[in-house]
Amino acid sequence: MFRPLLAGLAGSLAFVSIAIAAPMGLDDARHLLNRTGFGAPPRQVAEFARFSREQAVDRLLASARTTPVAPPPSLDYIRPNRLKDLSEEDKKAFLRAEFEKGAELRAWWLQEMLQSPSPLTERMTLFWHNHFVSSQQKVKAQRLMVEQNLLLRRYALGNFGELLHAVSKDPAMLIYLDNANSRRGQPNENFAREVMELFTLGEGHYGEQDIKEAARAFTGWSFEPETGDFRWRPMIHDAEPKSVLGQRGNFDGDDVLDILLQQPAAAEFIVGKLWREFVSPTPEAGEVKRIAVTFRDSRYELRPVLRALLLSPAFWARENRGVLVKSPVDLVVGSLRTLEVPVPDALPLAFAVRNLGQDLFAPPNVKGWPGGEAWINSTTLLGRKQFVERLLRNDDFVTPPVRADGIGMSYEEGVQKNRMRVKELREEFGKGAGRLDGDARLRMVRALDGLRFDSRRWLAQFPDDAAVARALLAVPAVDPPAAGTQGIALVRALALDPAYQLR
Amino acid sequence: MTTRREFLQAAGVAATLGVVPWPACAAADWKRLLILVELKGGNDGLNTVVPFANAAYARLRPRIGMARDAVLQLDAGTGLHPSLAPLMPLWQGEELAVVQSVGYPQPNLSHFRSIEIWDTASKSDQYLREGWLARAFAAEAPPRRFVADGVVIGAADLGPLTGARAVAMTGPDQFQRLARLAQAHEALQATSGRSVNPALQHLLAIEGDVASAAVRISAAPVLRTAFPAGAFGDAVKSACEVAGGGRGVAALRLSLSGFDTHHNQSNTHANLLRQLAEGLVALRAGLTELGRWNDTLVMTYAEFGRRPRENQSGGTDHGTAAPHFVLGGCVRGGLYGEVPKLDRLDGNGNLPFSIDYRSLYATVLEKWWGVSANAVLGGKFAAMDWVRG
Repeated sequence: MFRPLLAGLAGSLAFVSIAIAAPMGLDDARHLLNRTGFGAPPRQVAEFARFSREQAVDRLLASARTTPVAPPPSLDYIRPNRLKDLSEEDKKAFLRAEFEKGAELRAWWLQEMLQSPSPLTERMTLFWHNHFVSSQQKVKAQRLMVEQNLLLRRYALGNFGELLHAVSKDPAMLIYLDNANSRRGQPNENFAREVMELFTLGEGHYGEQDIKEAARAFTGWSFEPETGDFRWRPMIHDAEPKSVLGQRGNFDGDDVLDILLQQPAAAEFIVGKLWREFVSPTPEAGEVKRIAVTFRDSRYELRPVLRALLLSPAFWARENRGVLVKSPVDLVVGSLRTLEVPVPDALPLAFAVRNLGQDLFAPPNVKGWPGGEAWINSTTLLGRKQFVERLLRNDDFVTPPVRADGIGMSYEEGVQKNRMRVKELREEFGKGAGRLDGDARLRMVRALDGLRFDSRRWLAQFPDDAAVARALLAVPAVDPPAAGTQGIALVRALALDPAYQLR
Repeated sequence: MTTRREFLQAAGVAATLGVVPWPACAAADWKRLLILVELKGGNDGLNTVVPFANAAYARLRPRIGMARDAVLQLDAGTGLHPSLAPLMPLWQGEELAVVQSVGYPQPNLSHFRSIEIWDTASKSDQYLREGWLARAFAAEAPPRRFVADGVVIGAADLGPLTGARAVAMTGPDQFQRLARLAQAHEALQATSGRSVNPALQHLLAIEGDVASAAVRISAAPVLRTAFPAGAFGDAVKSACEVAGGGRGVAALRLSLSGFDTHHNQSNTHANLLRQLAEGLVALRAGLTELGRWNDTLVMTYAEFGRRPRENQSGGTDHGTAAPHFVLGGCVRGGLYGEVPKLDRLDGNGNLPFSIDYRSLYATVLEKWWGVSANAVLGGKFAAMDWVRG
């Protein structure tokens, strides 16, 4: 009775393994690169099309990085409450400088996403930023946000257990979740709650009492306000016995994190989140359990998990193509990479993604950006289409920046033109962009001017219109362009189609 | 600006009849507009509608409390913050209702969670995704010819309109300009054996709402009313432009931000209340110019009030119950609800509520629009009496 069943099973397993071993072709290559990176230039898609799925996935994992290509802006650490000592004048100047530094920081990370030989590393860094959330709005010291970003990248495709231990002591995190001041006798529960609810187990796998006890264990993990470094404060640590998730002992913070990592729920929780990042909005319970076993067996090494996810049937299934909504970063960085637009200065992109709802280094709350359909509302949809349209306009879409110095045009004309630019900037890039002062604004305008799409060179890479459509869209266009649409008009029609908003 | 009372007195009507006839208040239906004004951050109600005669008030707020002779008296024990002076003619004209001690059971002190509760009309431990207005419009839809069921001015977050046929904009002209990028598409059909891509469906629904609003929205009417400078003044102007556009809309939502006054609140709060009052008065003037004041209801709301006891930094922490304002040509002005019970603070030092916020919503649904409220609000909440006619 079992023979036909086994034969059938062997047959389908053989089919699956053939699929994994054969050259995957352009569609699969585009799918893999868009899901693991941010868009992909056509020549890279063509290169990957020759690999088998297994070869491609192994190649992507092997080229993962632990450090950025370009070093981050060098920022001095500024201690908390620095503002208190300043006069009104100085306070304004200080805040303005902080605002511009913040823009630089975001521009740096976006440039890393554009340039990195391993976009997967940056995607995972961003994934962890949205998981182990800290926000510059509360942390304030930008230097600490940079340090946290570097930490997340260091462990991005490494070991989840090590990442958890490291980020729990990260100064930005200690400030963000109020553990820095948590002390024996008055433990602050914020970090204990979020580490269970949002970072490791998810709701339903712990109780209020576990949170209270764990909070006691985390006391003593603090930081030094003068330098911004982690500081262990034994005097405020509660060293008494605690009971957490059925275990009892004189636990410290590291002990509690180890207890959390022992729970079966932890692996499934993380795999579920990775599924929603890479595969689809609806994890398949059986597959998640299977891959979670891999995760636990590898002692929380992330590469084997990613390998299992990216080679799972669900990842490649037809019905899971184009089911994820592009985040603002996916849309902006992905468009520029796919269309091979050089970006000498990423400053405008920092404002662009923020205006579309994704302010890097400042997720809205400890749950992070909800993502998925939440990226799309009437305002953001128009903003996203406006960004694409700006990138793909035929002509010189911006009035060239002017120095209102009377040379080439009258001073009044120059001032008038620049006033229009501020209005334009504010409308397209949000209130923040309108706040930039003279030099920064000029830089912004110049950087925008520098974003030029060379439609002729790009289109020459494709044999026909169908190939162009397949390069840009994860699913067929909702309103395919009229026959005969050519050149940049074709690209524009496809990029403004609803299907372009998906990956 | 003359109040209705002054005008009628001047016309000699009140004197002869001894009775002051009210404007004909329209029947409850979709011709009536709701304008919600969100006081983002949690307005300090206690310094807005001040129990100035209560000794506990002075004790709890030695530094930031409002002086007795500074407030604008509404009655023997209650007065308004002086920055709200522009609203006094509305109070005297009986077009301003002050609903005191609005809140809900088991109040949540997180901005994020509490505004979610107010927006979705949920219980404190219940998580709903749709806004209460979306549920109301799903049960009884406003006319299809409307620009949209609801329009949010300023913010991109739809709040109580989440899930409704609603769009966000800074103003009709800007929206028209941008909305040319949106197109209506055919609805997706499921092909055999395969379900429709939910993400794509969502995209098409949103784009459809934008496209349909773009087609229906008219250019902004030119108004003579002067609107205050600043973001809230701009939003009020846009609200009038949308309200005055031909096709109609059921609800508008505006926001005024900055009310999370943890530190040194006195000047900040005074400034915000001034913006609010000036904005509301301009809103009245603009709507009157459009002939819409008598069919518009304006209502404030916020995630919570603030703690009665001032903190160490000259500000206030997150609180619970707070007063809210309801205004309109067909609003029955006066004081509603109970004065803040400063002697009955809870374990966190916060005020009990006397009016559940869902009663305000029930009043809008049942008395203003004449639609049923229980299913929308998940239960029966007593409608209040501040709608005339």
